[in-house]
Amino acid sequence: MKPDEPALQVRGLTKRFDRLAVDALDLTIRTGEFYALLGPNGAGKTTTLRMVAGLLRPDAGSVSVLGVDALNDPVAAKQITAWVSDEPMIYDKLTPLEYLEFVGGLWGIEPSVSEPSARDLLASLGLEPHLHERCEGFSKGMRQKVALAGALVHNPRLIILDEPLTGLDAVSARHVKGLLGERVQAGCTVIMTTHILEVAERMADRIGVIASGRLIAEGTLAELRQQNGRNDTSLEDMFIALVDTEAAAA
Amino acid sequence: MTTTTLTWFARHEIRLAWREWLAMMTAGRRGRTRAAIIGLIALAAFLHLPAYAVIGRFADLQAPLDKSSLIVITATIFLAWALMLSQAIESVTRVFYARADLDLIMSSPVALSNVFSVRIAAIALSVTAMALLLSTPFVDVLVIGGGIRWFAAYGVVIAIGLSAAAVAIAVTVMLFRSIGPRRTRLVAQILAAIIGAGFVIALQIAAILSYGTLSRFAVLTSDAAAAFAPDTDSIVWWPARAALGDGEALLLLLAGGLMLLGGVMAIFSARFADTAVSVSANAISAHQGSRTGAFRAGSRQQALRRKEFVLLRRDPWLVSQSLMQLLYLVPPALMLWRSFADSSAAIVLITPVIVMAAGQLAGGLAWLTISGEDAADLVATAPLPSSRVIRAKIEVVLIAIGVLFAPLVIALMFASPLQAAVTAAGITVAAAAATAIQLWFRVQARRSQFRRRQTSSRLATFAEAFSSIGWAATAALALAIPLAALVSGLLTAAIIAATWKISPRRP
Repeated sequence: MKPDEPALQVRGLTKRFDRLAVDALDLTIRTGEFYALLGPNGAGKTTTLRMVAGLLRPDAGSVSVLGVDALNDPVAAKQITAWVSDEPMIYDKLTPLEYLEFVGGLWGIEPSVSEPSARDLLASLGLEPHLHERCEGFSKGMRQKVALAGALVHNPRLIILDEPLTGLDAVSARHVKGLLGERVQAGCTVIMTTHILEVAERMADRIGVIASGRLIAEGTLAELRQQNGRNDTSLEDMFIALVDTEAAAA
Repeated sequence: MTTTTLTWFARHEIRLAWREWLAMMTAGRRGRTRAAIIGLIALAAFLHLPAYAVIGRFADLQAPLDKSSLIVITATIFLAWALMLSQAIESVTRVFYARADLDLIMSSPVALSNVFSVRIAAIALSVTAMALLLSTPFVDVLVIGGGIRWFAAYGVVIAIGLSAAAVAIAVTVMLFRSIGPRRTRLVAQILAAIIGAGFVIALQIAAILSYGTLSRFAVLTSDAAAAFAPDTDSIVWWPARAALGDGEALLLLLAGGLMLLGGVMAIFSARFADTAVSVSANAISAHQGSRTGAFRAGSRQQALRRKEFVLLRRDPWLVSQSLMQLLYLVPPALMLWRSFADSSAAIVLITPVIVMAAGQLAGGLAWLTISGEDAADLVATAPLPSSRVIRAKIEVVLIAIGVLFAPLVIALMFASPLQAAVTAAGITVAAAAATAIQLWFRVQARRSQFRRRQTSSRLATFAEAFSSIGWAATAALALAIPLAALVSGLLTAAIIAATWKISPRRP
């Protein structure tokens, strides 16, 4: 990997289901950046991220993860990537520790590395009292935290999160934000979709707004304000204005 | 709660039951209702043929009957009752654990005992309706062959349906009270499996021990059974007499069934509400798992296999199904044991039973491991090719089948090495074929959706059944008429090849 290689480079990414979900999307995310991808429901955010994570095959376009061609060498790209969906998919009959042992094994991490990391992660997410309980009795928030710990236990360099804060209480949400912030500080790249605009406003280095499968605005908060022509506008107001303009144009 | 509200709630329950049944029949796909109904009518029409073969000869039976005939009819009715009880226990458990509307009902301003009385009645109705549906071909055959007096058999089906539902509710609520909601789910599933299979297996065991045959009729029609049975005017024969058209016995039977259900509703509807509350409370309580030791090293496939084995071990469905398969294997195992002493030729019967059981169990295991992946995204984003994921999952199925059936093959080796070799080959081929079919027809689903696996693809279900039966027949013929085994094997292979040709996942 070259030192200035972007964490993610997407070119001409296209996916069609019944209608066009992602329309020749270009996206570049720098290494060590916290990037928030915003958009109204059905804008194509999740479809884009699922294609980047290797869960969906695009109809056209290219995806490069830290210089690795994710479409031609998906295994190498997956080795350095983590994906967390909004609906935590974990095994009801496993304990959090067993789940993380499994994830560590899947990513080929030495147990001497993955075990302490798993225990630290679960403790930092407030799950230490539940290490040996099966996940079947967990609330949605607890399940989301287990899934997040699973995404971080193999020390990925690109973390893709689809609405990771859904169902989390305020304290848990703060824990998660803290953990993600630490990862970014350590040089990791985070891409996150969220409907909580305040989170994007406070945490993201750059924000991208997607509508009808296309990127309609991108930049830092200040840059977005500048593009919008008003310095005192909130992200929420800008987002609504951008989406309304796009809808009117469509 | 007014009568109007109760009626409204009853309508709501019936609508839910109908839609659940329809979704099961149509695999949840819209626009298939007409096809499902036509298919069902066609199946019911077709079932008249096997029904005629099984009970056509009994249509001329006239009262008064001798003891042997009474025993056979009563045992058949008891078997039907046991199967209904098994289904009713499953339905009651599902109402507690799977219905998402308990919170809504319990937070509404209605008397819970009334609401749950309606729900109990709805369970009884659905169990009885299903039993009526399945018994129709048999009763039709009797009516056509023996006259309209056989219509009384429908009344018997209704009476035993009501009583089976009543007993199922009482048993399940008492299980909740005695062992708690979490264990009840597993115990109820196991109980349902044992009740469904237990009666037939018990008769087979008695037949093997007494007469050296697998036929349950050997016991039922024996002089010993007749000697032990009560006199012909005993209450025990009411169901048989009612089925033959004895109006008095039928009315008493129906009254008994209704009274039993009414009694259960009066006693248990309040407790039903309490139980539902404790189940919802339990849903958020913790289940202490085994303490995880140090993380184990190994390849990625080993991690996958380890995970699959842990999940299979902790799967209540699998525990109950494995238990049922093992129960079905008890009679042939017993016959095997007896054959050491007398070298009975009947030992050949063991091979198809074992091969069939292996195929069926492998199909279920393959669905759970291949299609029933709860963390599909995690596995799909893991850095290993999907072919290696699939391979690890197939290995799990074949290892599990090997571990379960190896003791039987080893025991068989002492009786007949050739038969052991044929049985081992049959198990391998049947398990591999069932796994392959599940692989070609795999559809991503949650493990908890296992109950609906057979409706997601009718083709896969029939292919799996034909494959197991075909390989079982081939193995049996290999021991008796090798040339016929070749024909049977080729036919079964052709069925599997045709299944592959039309499968959606053909590589």
